[in-house]
Amino acid sequence: MSDSILYARAFWGLMVRDISVLRREFIAFMVRTVMNPLMFVFVFTYLFPKMGQDFQNARGISFGTLILPGLVAVAIFVQGIMGVALPLSFEIGSTREIEDRVMSPLPVSLVAIEKIVFSSLQSVVAALVVFPMIYFIPATPVHVHVNSWTVLIGNVLLASLASGAVGLTIGTIVKPQHIALMFGVVVVPVTFFGCVYYPWAALHSVRWLQIAVLINPLVYMSEGLRIALTPEAPHMPVWATLAALLLCVGLLGYTGVRGFLNRVLS
Amino acid sequence: MPNSAEDIVSIRGLTKRYDGKVPVEAVRNIDLTVRRGELFGLLGPNGAGKSTTISVCTTRTPPTSGTVWIAGLNVVEAPAQARKHMGVVPQYNTLDRQCTVWENLYFHCRYFGYSSATATKRANELLEMFRLTERSKSFVRELSGGLAQRVQIARAIAHQPEILFLDEPSAGLDPQSRLALWDSIRQLLAGGITIVLTTHYMEEADELCNRVAIIDHGKILVCDTPANLKSSVGAQKVISLHLRSVSDSAFERSLGELAGVKGVEPTKEGVRIFVDNLDGLLPRIIEVTGPRLKDISISETTLETVFIKLTGRDLRE
Ligand SMILES: Nc1ncnc2c1ncn2[C@@H]1O[C@H](COP(=O)(O)OP(=O)(O)OP(=O)(O)O)[C@@H](O)[C@H]1O
Ligand SMILES: [Mg+2]
Repeated sequence: MSDSILYARAFWGLMVRDISVLRREFIAFMVRTVMNPLMFVFVFTYLFPKMGQDFQNARGISFGTLILPGLVAVAIFVQGIMGVALPLSFEIGSTREIEDRVMSPLPVSLVAIEKIVFSSLQSVVAALVVFPMIYFIPATPVHVHVNSWTVLIGNVLLASLASGAVGLTIGTIVKPQHIALMFGVVVVPVTFFGCVYYPWAALHSVRWLQIAVLINPLVYMSEGLRIALTPEAPHMPVWATLAALLLCVGLLGYTGVRGFLNRVLS
Repeated sequence: MPNSAEDIVSIRGLTKRYDGKVPVEAVRNIDLTVRRGELFGLLGPNGAGKSTTISVCTTRTPPTSGTVWIAGLNVVEAPAQARKHMGVVPQYNTLDRQCTVWENLYFHCRYFGYSSATATKRANELLEMFRLTERSKSFVRELSGGLAQRVQIARAIAHQPEILFLDEPSAGLDPQSRLALWDSIRQLLAGGITIVLTTHYMEEADELCNRVAIIDHGKILVCDTPANLKSSVGAQKVISLHLRSVSDSAFERSLGELAGVKGVEPTKEGVRIFVDNLDGLLPRIIEVTGPRLKDISISETTLETVFIKLTGRDLRE
């Protein structure tokens, strides 16, 4: 067997393992993916309008329209944390069960990259599950309009890979005993300052924050989906989100793989 | 390059330093050769560098200097290829907690390129071979230590490697499981695989291994068959005296002058005397020792004696 075939088969073996474990835990996967957007959409875009407290954008864009891309982005982002960072942190730092996979006949960096790829797969599934939910629940009409499928698919894929890279990086850095802390210190601020519930352009009134949030990868995921799904809402230019997401994938992917190698080969 | 095709493991000038806050030189310039088909033991106390040596051989730890070849492949230059030839059971349980016993075996085969059908067949075969069929659907957390150990060994040989590394396989096992483990080790060996195991139980090294290297503070002190190592001590029996007061050199000299005594060494509790046979020696030793004698014990030479001779310390200290 030539080396590249051997590597490809080992890589596929790792994917098969992850997919079959995910299949067994599909209910848990659905719950962690669906609960947050479901509650959010129900309260803010169903209950509030029914109670006569509808948020309307100055341009007459409904709140449902505004947050739909953001909530899909969060669903994509959360997979990197829940599907990769969390299990990886334990597999490396506590049970050391990652070692059997590290001993597979392929370069160790591919074991790390498999984690990113598998996480992206979960992210895409999550996006597909969450989208109809936030489209159909709101009481006020949600305007979705796909101008370019290429931009949509490109943004979803890049956002998924970027979230996998974030997950890999966090999973290799954070010790299992600090995982709970990581949620408070990383996940909560990232989602609240991720242009999920408001478009980036709306931040212009708090200029310093508008600039500070640019280091947050979730900003580009939300804005990218805004371009692709709800172009009538204010959004960043296409090239900016694609370039920023590409940079995230490259930079965090590299950091994550390096971190992984440092942890498992000592 | 390794000397001959017979050598499945070749270690040349291997040094490993861990650069932490306190740098540790865990392995210092060791040379070792393991021949195909043998059961090779690395015997040494805690912290001797056994696991580090295994880790470097199995591509998990990059060496600071020196070279290791496994089946003719340099583990630093061709780690992925080298891994095809080896199986490893680390010192701790690394079974996949998310998977059942059967899945642990099955997925391991998949990692090594087996098709789904071949992996299924191989996993079933291994369950049978290691008497695990009943537990095939158990998850790892439900397994006892001995069973988990068995699954780990089954998984390590699933891809039919030429060499199996076992790091402290019997640590933490009850005596019955240990005997069962020894049985499966002998069976694997009969099947033609080469085994390198580490241990700090001298009985295990003595009982099982064709050759043993004694390692301490990262250095190989000796490497030979258990029989040769024991005869190198030059005595058949060891008499340990437990004294009420500390031993002194005059006392040790008078013991050494007794006919049949090969050597005398002070220990924490008293002295240790190496003799060829006991013929009439005990009464004379007791006489020389007098009232300060608290207790006396006699043992055959073991690998432990060899270790004591080489380091002046007990293996268990
Ligand atoms: N990852 C590491 N970082 C720093 N020091 C280490 C590391 N691993 C091992 N050491 C140190 O290297 C030395 C040798 O350790 P090693 O685990 O190889 O010994 P061992 O013979 O396997 O001992 P044991 O019987 O306890 O398993 C010890 O002093 C240990 O503290
Ligand atoms: Mg060890």
